[in-house]
Amino acid sequence: MIEKVCIDLSHGSGGRAMAQLIDTLFVKVFDNEWLAQKNDQACFHVEKGRMVISTDGHVISPIFFPGGDIGSLSVNGTINDVVMSGAKPLFLSVGFIIEEGFPIESLERIVKSMAEAAKKAEVAIVTGDTKVVEKGKGDGIFITTTGVGVVPEGVNISGDRAKPGDNVIINGFLGDHGIAIMSKRENLQFHTEIKSDCAALNDLVKVMVEVVPDIHCLRDPTRGGFATTLNEFAKQSQVGFIIEEDKLPIRPEVMSACELLGLDPLYIANEGKIIVICAEEDTDNVLTAMRNHPLGKEAQVVGKVIEDDNHFVQLKTRFGGSRIVDWLVGEQLPRIC
Amino acid sequence: MKYIEEFRNGELAKAIVEKIKKTVDPNRHYQFMEFCGGHTHAIYRYGIPDLLPENVELVHGPGCPVCVLPIAKVDQAIALAQLPNVIFCSYGDMLRVPGSHKNSLLKAKANGADVRMVYSVDDAIELAKNNPNKEVIFFGIGFETTTPPTVVAIKQAKAMNLKNFSVFCNHVLTPPALAAILTLQTKSSLNGFIGPAHVSIIIGSEAYKKVCQQYHKPMVIAGFEPLDVLHTLLMLIQQVNENRCDVENQYTRAVTKEGNVISQQLMYDVLELRETFEWRGLGWIPNSALSIKKEYERFDAEKKFEIPMIESEEHQGCECGAILCGLKKPCDCKLFEKVCNPENPVGACMVSAEGACAAYYAYGRHKK
Repeated sequence: MIEKVCIDLSHGSGGRAMAQLIDTLFVKVFDNEWLAQKNDQACFHVEKGRMVISTDGHVISPIFFPGGDIGSLSVNGTINDVVMSGAKPLFLSVGFIIEEGFPIESLERIVKSMAEAAKKAEVAIVTGDTKVVEKGKGDGIFITTTGVGVVPEGVNISGDRAKPGDNVIINGFLGDHGIAIMSKRENLQFHTEIKSDCAALNDLVKVMVEVVPDIHCLRDPTRGGFATTLNEFAKQSQVGFIIEEDKLPIRPEVMSACELLGLDPLYIANEGKIIVICAEEDTDNVLTAMRNHPLGKEAQVVGKVIEDDNHFVQLKTRFGGSRIVDWLVGEQLPRIC
Repeated sequence: MKYIEEFRNGELAKAIVEKIKKTVDPNRHYQFMEFCGGHTHAIYRYGIPDLLPENVELVHGPGCPVCVLPIAKVDQAIALAQLPNVIFCSYGDMLRVPGSHKNSLLKAKANGADVRMVYSVDDAIELAKNNPNKEVIFFGIGFETTTPPTVVAIKQAKAMNLKNFSVFCNHVLTPPALAAILTLQTKSSLNGFIGPAHVSIIIGSEAYKKVCQQYHKPMVIAGFEPLDVLHTLLMLIQQVNENRCDVENQYTRAVTKEGNVISQQLMYDVLELRETFEWRGLGWIPNSALSIKKEYERFDAEKKFEIPMIESEEHQGCECGAILCGLKKPCDCKLFEKVCNPENPVGACMVSAEGACAAYYAYGRHKK
């Protein structure tokens, strides 16, 4: 057991307190052979194929929210970034930056949540680092994770492969995560039943690439939401998009919260969501594979890739008109009236 | 009834559009101005211009509270925010608006000023209560919609005897701005107004009667949903065809003739007319804004702090003045898109998402 109630500077100083924290918490909870070796690095054999690596820093506030916490988010977020190449994720490293005074109980809760998320995704957290910063120089806890994985032969998924005529598929409701987080922010506090959709997508992607190895693009529309991801694809692939508003799955609760706050759900962050771009002839197979998986039940085609020298993402409105869904400028700020 | 989805029904929209097509006189041109940024936003967000007959034209008015605030006021707000020991509170979309030298409240925050984004003036009162050793200043901006909450906060602060709360009051009035546009509009091709939604809930539909009659322009007060806008256009076209200039109310689910009388009384309990006030793009308009009465001056940031006098300087090539009056369209401006865009807004209409240029840039530039 850890004796102290709060994290203090000694937990990051390299001395006995730090060793105790590593032994009694990280090594014990993450529980794997690589970490148990207690080296400064984890050493592992590489499977055949192309390797991928991705890193992500997590600075979310609040750290506990409906449907997840910063721990599960930091594991699932990085796993998903690795998986969006079609890869099988293998290992994670984790860096904690903890503010002096952070309750050890909360740290334990976060670490357990990370271990659980990693176990579920069959990924091991094999190496890490802990730093403690003085009170006032952090916001409770920041977690950076890096993930590595291996891409199966024959799979070549990349943001620059969208072709005119391809279909755009999404696996479920947009905006749940962002709205769940906002509902718990200190200065907002509105009541909602919406939970974050935070989840690792490795198993879903695995079954998708088994059926259709030639999926063109995959990306999880996290920060900046659906709109930002499509704009990224448009630029990378030098194409345009036409999305049909009618087909976009958005829960009425999310819509209402956005109305209230003057925000556009297309720019709200998601976790556990995936945008898929594939050829017309592969679409039915991808959809069937997705719909047979618990995380893809609501999968549907929401739009098409088109030729467009301006690389605009256009939305066909329910009214029959059209508009651009542009890049976000700065942060999305609520409107006055 | 959920009051949102019903007013976005595509099938109903088609029916109204058909009716509009049947009602318009093919031999005349119809030009209507939406006063509110909220309408500009709805019009572009739902692609309404695509649905209208070619001879029905929409031009955008000055009704975005963020856009009409002159650069000088932004500079003054930044100066207040940078005072020692101050927590400066502002609504979200005001934060990014550039003042002189591309400075903004967001940049002031990055440089160490304590600037907080609040969703309601209540949050500012709460901050004042919880930080008795800090001076909390609330940036009061907006039309009649946002004025009553500011006033209630000032009354609350008085009742609570809060000594560290004040308001930098820049609330403005709709009818004088309407009159100013019609005076500036020398060519006067305008056939009528899509009237404000939320503002009218407070001031009531009667408040526009004088201006509309004086300049012989019809107005239909419209809700902010796309079906509201289409229905309103149909009503305006009918008025023009019948040569009427009435103030009609499409937004009957929220707006009454006399408005919210309690709010109006509250406003004039605490605030009074300013002799004149500078509007970005429209210049100085007499009796168009409100200041805090003497009785409440201890909550008036202009009295409590020394605010530097600053003169606004607009970019030479900027056409915002003409755009705000409906004389020009965003794409008529030489600066539009290349020099002036949301990342680097030069003029008033580009600074907030609801400004005409920003809405046009964000939603409509694929039509060019």
